[in-house]
Amino acid sequence: MDILKLLSDTFLDWKAIGAVLPKMFAVGLPNTLVLAVSSGVIGTVLGMLLALMGISRNAGARWVARIYTDVLRGLPPILTILVIGLGFGPIVRQWTGSTSPYPMAIAALSLMSAAYIGEIFRSGIQSVDKGQLEATRALGFGYGPAMRLVVVPQGVRRVLPALVNQFIALIKESSLVFMLGLLASEREIFQIGKDAASTSGNLSPYVAAAVFYLALTVPLTHFVNWIDRRLRTGRPEKKEPDDAAAVVGKGAQA
Amino acid sequence: MSEFTSGTLSAKNIHLSFGSNHVLRGIDLHVPQGTTASVIGPSGSGKSTLLRVMNRLIEPDQGDILLDGRSVLKDNPDELRRRIGMVFQQFNLFPHKTVVENVSLALRKLRKLSKEEAQAEALEQLDLVGLKHKADSRPANLSGGQQQRVAIARALAMKPEVMFFDEATSALDPELVKGVLALMTDLAKGGMTMVVVTHEMGFSRNVSDVVTFMDAGVVVESGPPEQLFTEPRTDRLKGFLSDVL
Repeated sequence: MDILKLLSDTFLDWKAIGAVLPKMFAVGLPNTLVLAVSSGVIGTVLGMLLALMGISRNAGARWVARIYTDVLRGLPPILTILVIGLGFGPIVRQWTGSTSPYPMAIAALSLMSAAYIGEIFRSGIQSVDKGQLEATRALGFGYGPAMRLVVVPQGVRRVLPALVNQFIALIKESSLVFMLGLLASEREIFQIGKDAASTSGNLSPYVAAAVFYLALTVPLTHFVNWIDRRLRTGRPEKKEPDDAAAVVGKGAQA
Repeated sequence: MSEFTSGTLSAKNIHLSFGSNHVLRGIDLHVPQGTTASVIGPSGSGKSTLLRVMNRLIEPDQGDILLDGRSVLKDNPDELRRRIGMVFQQFNLFPHKTVVENVSLALRKLRKLSKEEAQAEALEQLDLVGLKHKADSRPANLSGGQQQRVAIARALAMKPEVMFFDEATSALDPELVKGVLALMTDLAKGGMTMVVVTHEMGFSRNVSDVVTFMDAGVVVESGPPEQLFTEPRTDRLKGFLSDVL
């Protein structure tokens, strides 16, 4: 009984949870979304660039992409965020006068996810049968248009599930920007929970933070599964009466 | 079929190596406008590679390619390929596009037709191969023979002067081969200049004007079909014919 009470006091202090909710909605959630969405968009653009460099016929471009990917994928996210955030933050402050750590935090998250997204795109593009490029070029398209119109769209489609997984990772990694020191208005879900936990003296605000993260990530996870299923089985196509009848006929015979 | 006024294609002394592998060793092929040349030979003899060199999907190490008597090696290869349609063994339709989009893509992007014009012209081409009713299907929902006919329509839509067929029926189930061969025969009879790499000896014998037998990167024999099929001069061609016939 004591243990149960201890656990509920620690994790389910409803007063503490209730107290943190307004701030979660008003400050934490929007900030987490700003961080995750903007670095997701920038990371996707940079990732596509890295993927195209990685399969380019230019050896220099391939090397740059290779080294970039190896380094950024090989570092712990917290180290990248600290090094970029603290290292370049002061320079940005000198240039712009802004003290917000957000630009550098977004830059760090974008650069990191670009390395992963680049590999995702590259594997997708390379999985497209080379006959597709050949057939497109045989029609008279140059390499660039052939890639853009035919090869890349097919490659991207195949790796959509992996791409969404990367966005999920980004939502979670955005919590690490608390390391850079955030003003009250800049705090995201994790930092709001952390602040509240230090006043409430228990972990219940973290539970509230967890619920917010799950509310973002679990739907995405199911979205991935849905895309995956749809890619596997194809878009439901309206069958012609003959085809539909044929299926029934076969079933009836079996 | 419309009149074809240009499209005499020649390859002269083509050499190509992949690393130490000397794939083409001095190939000459002359295809006068309006004729059909078929290229036969064992797998790995360089037939398909020769087609890819002649439309510059692969650049030759040495030799020249002439279209209407003019060397095309200095031209923009993309423009050359717009003048030469190509049909592949594996069809290579675009699986993410509908049948009509497969045909209209190049019309819109390369011939710069409006969406409506391209759509109308693509449907017309599909009608010619008997597949207008499949316009909105995805390639995956078509049989192999239908896919190959769409691929032919896609190539013809660009109004090419020459058509290449790279073992166009090799991946098809036997009962689907006939329809595709019939379409190719119609094209040949209609005056299209064609280069056909094929294992279909019947087509080669009955439809082509000139048959070229290649082996190990060289042209071993070349001439009218009757001559090659009834009086092969070389042991290599005799051996090949006894293997495939």
